[in-house]
Amino acid sequence: MTHNRRSFIKGGVAAFTVSFAAPAFLSDIARAQGARSRNLVVLYLSGGNDALSMVVPYGNAGYYQRRPTIAVPQGAVLQVGADAGGTNVGLHPRLQGLKRVFDEGRLAVIQRSGYPNSSRSHFQGTDIWSTADPSNPSGPGWIGRYLELLPQPIDPLTGWNTVRETPRTLLSRFVGVPAIPDPRTYAFSSPNTGNEALYARQAATRIASHVPVDRPHLSFVSATSRAAFETLDRVASVAAYTPTVTYPTTGLGSALRAVAGAMVRGIGTKVFWVQTGGFDTHASQDPNNANGAYYRLMATLDDALLAFYTDVRNQGLLNDTLVLQFSEFGRRVYENGSQGTDHGAASTMMVLGGGVNGGLYGTAPDLRDTPGNPTLESANGDVRYQTDFRSVYARVLDNWLGAPSTTILEGDFRNPGLTFI
Amino acid sequence: MARHDDRTEHLLRRAGFGGSPDEVAELARIGYQAAVDLLVFYEQAPDDVDERIGVPGHVGVTTRGQFSPDTSITDARQRWLFRMVHSRRPLQEKMALFWHHHFATAYQKIADTYGGTVATRMMAASEAYNGPKNSPVGQIELFRQNALGSFYDLLVKVARDPAMLVWLDGRLNVRGTPQENFAREVMELFTMGIRASDSSPNNYTEDDVKAAARVFTGWNLTVGARGANNVNDATLAYAYTYRSTQHDTGSKTFSFDIYPGGGRTITSGGEQEGLDFLLACCRHPQTGPRLARKLYAFFVDELHPAPQSFVDRVSGAYYASNFDMRRVVLSVLLSPEFSDPSAYYARYAWPVEFVVKAIKETGWAGFSVDAALTPLLSMGQSLFEPPDVNGWETGAGWFSTGGMLARMNFAATLTQNQRFNLREAARPYKATPETLLAYTLDRLSPMPFDSPPYNDLLGYLRAGTSWTGSDTELLAKAAGVTHLVLASPEYQFV
Repeated sequence: MTHNRRSFIKGGVAAFTVSFAAPAFLSDIARAQGARSRNLVVLYLSGGNDALSMVVPYGNAGYYQRRPTIAVPQGAVLQVGADAGGTNVGLHPRLQGLKRVFDEGRLAVIQRSGYPNSSRSHFQGTDIWSTADPSNPSGPGWIGRYLELLPQPIDPLTGWNTVRETPRTLLSRFVGVPAIPDPRTYAFSSPNTGNEALYARQAATRIASHVPVDRPHLSFVSATSRAAFETLDRVASVAAYTPTVTYPTTGLGSALRAVAGAMVRGIGTKVFWVQTGGFDTHASQDPNNANGAYYRLMATLDDALLAFYTDVRNQGLLNDTLVLQFSEFGRRVYENGSQGTDHGAASTMMVLGGGVNGGLYGTAPDLRDTPGNPTLESANGDVRYQTDFRSVYARVLDNWLGAPSTTILEGDFRNPGLTFI
Repeated sequence: MARHDDRTEHLLRRAGFGGSPDEVAELARIGYQAAVDLLVFYEQAPDDVDERIGVPGHVGVTTRGQFSPDTSITDARQRWLFRMVHSRRPLQEKMALFWHHHFATAYQKIADTYGGTVATRMMAASEAYNGPKNSPVGQIELFRQNALGSFYDLLVKVARDPAMLVWLDGRLNVRGTPQENFAREVMELFTMGIRASDSSPNNYTEDDVKAAARVFTGWNLTVGARGANNVNDATLAYAYTYRSTQHDTGSKTFSFDIYPGGGRTITSGGEQEGLDFLLACCRHPQTGPRLARKLYAFFVDELHPAPQSFVDRVSGAYYASNFDMRRVVLSVLLSPEFSDPSAYYARYAWPVEFVVKAIKETGWAGFSVDAALTPLLSMGQSLFEPPDVNGWETGAGWFSTGGMLARMNFAATLTQNQRFNLREAARPYKATPETLLAYTLDRLSPMPFDSPPYNDLLGYLRAGTSWTGSDTELLAKAAGVTHLVLASPEYQFV
């Protein structure tokens, strides 16, 4: 994977360096359009989320048969009714905030989303979900390709990555997305003060402005520096944002707080990347106790999303906001010997926002170990996908971002039944 | 103090963490071949670096009470950075870093399970640590002790390493209910890889993962001399043990050869099954080429794929020497590809490489490596905390806007701290902005600057002043221009 990433960037950096040189006036345009433009927040649950613990098919007898110690009891789940297949499902008991959003009709749950021959590797799986290309998952990401289709050069803050590494989803052949984990530390310092510090910033900015075409790797780092200088002052305005609610002090909470700040300040960002980890629950998954690993994962997710949802609603921005959640794979249907679950196949996606048609999409798997079970695969060990994840991307591209999904996804994955947006 | 030995500096940047001016001069004097020898056969050099922690003349560490690098992860990180700056065996530390990335294990998950004291011991306890009886050395010491030993021996030790048994859940892998975490990663990441390229067939199947998990059932963790009822008791020693009662004795057959000659079903039984399987992973025809490509990107050039001739040569050395990494790394460092000037600066500096090289080249008197710990986190590389079992996203992956700002700001912290030392060192070169810049670029070792950015550096030296070389001017400008070089794109390559 890393090898592919390297060769890809090597081939792409020459062009990449051009668009970071966006003229300053574009920032003003972006600012002017800012607060009223649509945002997409891509939320990645890293490690392979055990979707069967997040959206629990408690009405299926197989669920309790295959998971004797880690099933969530029927009495504990937050019931959200029966899906189109007639299976009663419910949210994890700690997802009380998301239950409220669901009840308000602003949360869509897409069960059994995935793709054929699902990879059980974290890294290959992540690359596939990022590129939307299971056969050649080493190129630019689907959001990167979206950014490439916007009128160029685009403003460097069109995308905002809240983690340190650039995820493949945001990778593009010629558009860079700044990594801003914490707006408060996104600043430039100098060993001197006063005018000397000013001269230092001016010189560093000029040094970064050179584009040595014979050394694309150097150009790439220069472009990164340049983007940092071009975004410093606007990001500083986000650091001063006072939210309308208290966000949890988790990484996800801080990231979503910054996202809300950027939206309220109207700095022109269209796509945000947020993620939270710890979902590789091979052992002691324990979804039923307040100190259990999976329970805490759900607490982190729910508290941060509820704070964000409430904050952007208070700010009048809920109708401009769409959160799209995914993970690189679901986990095995059956628990392993250490009260955890190993790597599996199809998972569950969620979409949240003011424009969402909430509800249950797709049907839960029948988890019983019966011959010829069409909803399972690998000897009835894994969930077989029903909705191709690319059709979810297609819907978001076509109906939310107003971008041609068939071009970006290099194929027609549109699914008229997926009416969540 | 001119350096003028590009090849030796290149060697020191790659097989070490760059050189202080004295170190470069010393190696240049003995000649290139002898320098390679000294680096690779590092037992010739004294192993005294830990004893020099806290001794004047070295970079500092910051103590909070007692300095406890065997039981406090913050201190363990400081010790490792100190070793990178001052070890007389730089390649040993460089290979320890390589193996830490290759067998990426993260402290936090272990600390969540056993608490910070035990987790630090599992990651970093030294040989000299006087801890609980029978407590094994930390994982990083395995990497140092086996830095250039047999890859098979290292792989076996890693499979039995307490930190790894927690990290990839081997401690929970038992008969009847196997645990696939280690079994998958040992093939996907530690040896053969999923496949050689996107167009190649997969090297192993899902059934292989399930069978390998059963092979390792019983390879568990034990606690010596259990105290009261508290598994988090910091005085307990955790060590590898094989439990035959937890081993799945059923037959295990793979899609690739386990034995030379083509046997694909494991025939040995018991604990030996795991050893047979690990040896098969080492012998697998894709393991040598995969290591060769990884070493090429680490030591030689990460801007281009490894030439097939290089891969053949280095993987040839791997198989012919029975997986002897000293032969393998020697074949890399003596390769024509390594010494070719096109490989100079053809690698993005990892954050720890950037930090250590900056300290070695700027100076350290009165500076503590503790000041690098938070910046390293912001740059994306906290030692003992890789993001996942695949290690760090290296190369261009290090460079985000936030990560680049963190590099620039660490350079500001370092040069602000060193400004009096920098002024004293620069005094003989204060005649003109040109002489000061020439001296600064010679002292540091960035990729050569083109004339436009070179002129920007000169412009900074001239800004706001008509040059006199006064003490006040030199205090600001020597630190300022050093900061700008360390913060430049040109300095982010090794």
